[in-house]
Amino acid sequence: MTATTDTAAAARTRLTRRFAALRAAGRGGLVTFTTAGDPDFETSFEILSGLPGCGVDVIELGMPFSDPMADGPAIQASSLRALKAGMTLPRTLEMVRRFRARDAETPIVLMGYYNPIYSYGVDRFVSDAVAAGVDGLIIVDLPPEEDAELCRPALDAGLHWIRLATPTTDDRRLPTVLTNTSGFVYYVSIMGITGTRSASAEAVQAAVSRLKRHTDLPVAVGFGIKTPQQAAEVARVADAAVVGSAIVERIAAGLDDAGRPRPGLAGEVLTFVRTLAEGVHAARRG
Amino acid sequence: MDTPNTYRAGPDEQGHFGIYGGRFVAETLMPLILEVEQAYAAARRDPSFQEEIDHFARHYVGRPSPLYFAERLTDHLGGARIYFKRDELNHTGAHKINNCLGQILLARRMGKTRIIAETGAGQHGVATATVCARFDLPCVIYMGEEDIERQKPNVFRMKLLGAEVVPVTSGSRTLKDAMNEALRDWVANVESTFYIIGTVAGPHPYPAMVRDFQAVIGEEVRSQMMAAEGRLPDTLVACIGGGSNAMGLFYPFLDDKAVRIIGVEAAGHGLESGRHAASLTGGRPGVLHGNRTYLLQNDDGQILEAHSISAGLDYPGIGPEHAWLKDTGRVEYVSATDREALDAFQLCSRLEGIIPALEPAHALAHVRKLAPTLPRDHLLVMNMCGRGDKDVFAVAEALGVHL
Repeated sequence: MTATTDTAAAARTRLTRRFAALRAAGRGGLVTFTTAGDPDFETSFEILSGLPGCGVDVIELGMPFSDPMADGPAIQASSLRALKAGMTLPRTLEMVRRFRARDAETPIVLMGYYNPIYSYGVDRFVSDAVAAGVDGLIIVDLPPEEDAELCRPALDAGLHWIRLATPTTDDRRLPTVLTNTSGFVYYVSIMGITGTRSASAEAVQAAVSRLKRHTDLPVAVGFGIKTPQQAAEVARVADAAVVGSAIVERIAAGLDDAGRPRPGLAGEVLTFVRTLAEGVHAARRG
Repeated sequence: MDTPNTYRAGPDEQGHFGIYGGRFVAETLMPLILEVEQAYAAARRDPSFQEEIDHFARHYVGRPSPLYFAERLTDHLGGARIYFKRDELNHTGAHKINNCLGQILLARRMGKTRIIAETGAGQHGVATATVCARFDLPCVIYMGEEDIERQKPNVFRMKLLGAEVVPVTSGSRTLKDAMNEALRDWVANVESTFYIIGTVAGPHPYPAMVRDFQAVIGEEVRSQMMAAEGRLPDTLVACIGGGSNAMGLFYPFLDDKAVRIIGVEAAGHGLESGRHAASLTGGRPGVLHGNRTYLLQNDDGQILEAHSISAGLDYPGIGPEHAWLKDTGRVEYVSATDREALDAFQLCSRLEGIIPALEPAHALAHVRKLAPTLPRDHLLVMNMCGRGDKDVFAVAEALGVHL
């Protein structure tokens, strides 16, 4: 077995191990999203490094893109802040490498859009991501119809391919979406962009039940979850709750007029993340 | 690359023209994209759909548009016989309405109750607002804040027609950001809403569908040129932003190997300045707005802002079929600068009594260079795809004239 395959095998188990542990403990997990390099590399890394200690179960790290079509104003702004501060795809991978050097257990999933990866080169990206310690990918603008692009190469290299399912993904289409999905399914609880509307607890429960009829994979639910209470409600019925915009908004709130991070920004963000984790962890699954 | 037997067979079932095109959209949109594809395929098989389009094209849009021999320009340049395809005489003043008519009739067949669109120069926004008024559907137009400033008359027109114009303040505040915002709207209102994309770009089936609705331009040119000169044209020239007027003119001629076909991109301040909108000449393949195509982008795959005096050409991408036609070599792609377009704009106004839009003024700028090098029996057709009324303020400013 080559070294690459060893790393890949470890990567595959890191995410599945984490969800298995949550299931064994009878609780839902917290998945957080922040954009790599927002508001700058060092502050972003400080936040990233602090997430596991705050109780975050799975980390989604955004790869900034100039044209984030599926994102609302908060994440659009975070992406542009990161790019303005000089963030690039190679530096995002570097950030994961640095994180991995001190944390071998917390799964990291990279989330973003296809063009920066296509520009970097698919094969090179996949092998560099595995080597950096990335566990999975969520690429918003690659539906199953485009699986030959990156999904299959990523799966072959041992990365998880996490697909979004949405309220428009009906029972007829769901099997198509679930094919080649691994690690977990990310249920987008609303029709719309990130950080805008919120779904009702009943709607989330119904959707999770529907997904569970089609798959044994863990289901994480996101889009529009802003408070520890909402996160807890979701974690009661799903395997995990995803919070992104609400965290990113706290990063924006911690910037001075020139857009520089004020002292203590990372600490404030992590304090908020801790309240989310406490809410989620207190919510036993029924 | 091997020469294909036909250049008119694309796209394949997955929406690909060679490596270009495809369906790179969020999952929320995918079921609807597939529904649009099925509905369009069904409409194409239904003769009553084409009859409906033909009826409105004739009585509402004013088709066929004339093929006009530009005699004074021909004499002035002293070479090829120059014909203008007068799509600027269409209702609403540009070719855009050809596509809007087709798409809104499709939207009605699909039972959609709300229309959205993006616009750059405002021509597509006006055309969309027009058909929405005619067919009584609520209309929301996304337009970059910078374009709203550059195209005030069209903004007012859209409002008169009953559309809501939403200023887009994200990114470069031009066409690409308007398209991002329209896609965001669509994701949130996917059940009620039909997105009338204005050019031969976006996820499959849009590039092919918009081309089909615009191909009436080239089809008319074929028969009109046969009537006027008894043979096909030798050269076709059209400007290219997203590329819909050009695809409309070019498509019916792609398999006529003797017809030379030239697309003219906007070179803005000049290709070497880095401030231009020439995706094919100055960009490389990437994925944006639902398709793979040539894009202006940096080394990290971040999309760059395009620059052109013409808001309608100010887009960092291009329709995927053009990308394929470039790679296969079937179509030549060149560029013209802001300055060259401004000169052509004025020349055409004085010589022909036709004030062209800044978009076809780019095509005309290339005709100025090309025509004198060609023999006098050479037949050249340029698509006059829009009229310049909307541009008079921008041109006055560029020329230092205070109105």
